[in-house]
Amino acid sequence: MKRWLLFIALVVAQPVLAGSNLPPAYWANRQLPNPKQEGQAQALMDELRCLVCQGQSIADSDAELAGDMRDLVRRRIAAGEKPSAIRSWLIQRYGTWISYKPTDEPAAWPLWLAPLALLLAGAWLIRRRIRLKAKD
Amino acid sequence: MSRGLRLIPIILLLWLVVGLAWRLVRPADTAIPSQMVERQVPAFTLPAALAGKAGLGATDLATGQPRLVNMFASWCVPCTGEAPVLAELKRRGVRIDGIAVRDTPGALAAFLARNGDPYERIGSDAQSEVQIAFGSSGVPETFLIDGKGVIRRQYIGPLNASNIPGVVRELEQLR
Repeated sequence: MKRWLLFIALVVAQPVLAGSNLPPAYWANRQLPNPKQEGQAQALMDELRCLVCQGQSIADSDAELAGDMRDLVRRRIAAGEKPSAIRSWLIQRYGTWISYKPTDEPAAWPLWLAPLALLLAGAWLIRRRIRLKAKD
Repeated sequence: MSRGLRLIPIILLLWLVVGLAWRLVRPADTAIPSQMVERQVPAFTLPAALAGKAGLGATDLATGQPRLVNMFASWCVPCTGEAPVLAELKRRGVRIDGIAVRDTPGALAAFLARNGDPYERIGSDAQSEVQIAFGSSGVPETFLIDGKGVIRRQYIGPLNASNIPGVVRELEQLR
């Protein structure tokens, strides 16, 4: 009986949502009036990783921290800061983790080399096939 | 095709399955450490979060004495659990300042009335701006700061009783 009660309690339990007490920041869900700046902001936000929902970009995430980061990106771009400067400011805080844009660090080399390796492997396979056919 | 080559897809599949199973059993660490550790506190000034208690700025953290900065919020459940630990740290002479993330004065006052108030100053970080500047990714988080205003240590998540001796010792060493 007790076990069942525990089970039911588990099933009906609601997660405690850690929603803050404040509405989203001003620029979190609002586009910049200047379309060129908004385009720059959007491109950068697509490449920044959300700290809360760690598989999403801050452009996609509904987390409040992502909203605050969108606000930060848009305000800085409206103030004339370059997207690359904002990106490196964030990388200085969170490491390259925060950026989806692949770097040229050694850790990312397999990523750059993989297409080449696959092409070579494909060429090798095709060559083999042609040779086998020629033998027939 | 030779026999050995035919085994390659099976080996790859096995490798994939073993890799996935291993990550299921041992999930990756999702905490993102701040890169600001061992660096100067970023320049900031935050307004007072409560009437009658001073706000917080970077200059308040370079006073010659090591300090503890706690990022918290009244809406954050683990922060409630952390409150007794902060109270005990304060009792042991640790100087504690708070950064209240996305909070309102009313909710904050109620939170402190319920859980105790170990903070000398509390800055109100309404848009997580200072939190991001510290490289912090959530609440609660705790930073230890030396007398020159350099961040020396970050604790991600709530402090618990077992952290108390360590925090006291580290702050002692920063003196």
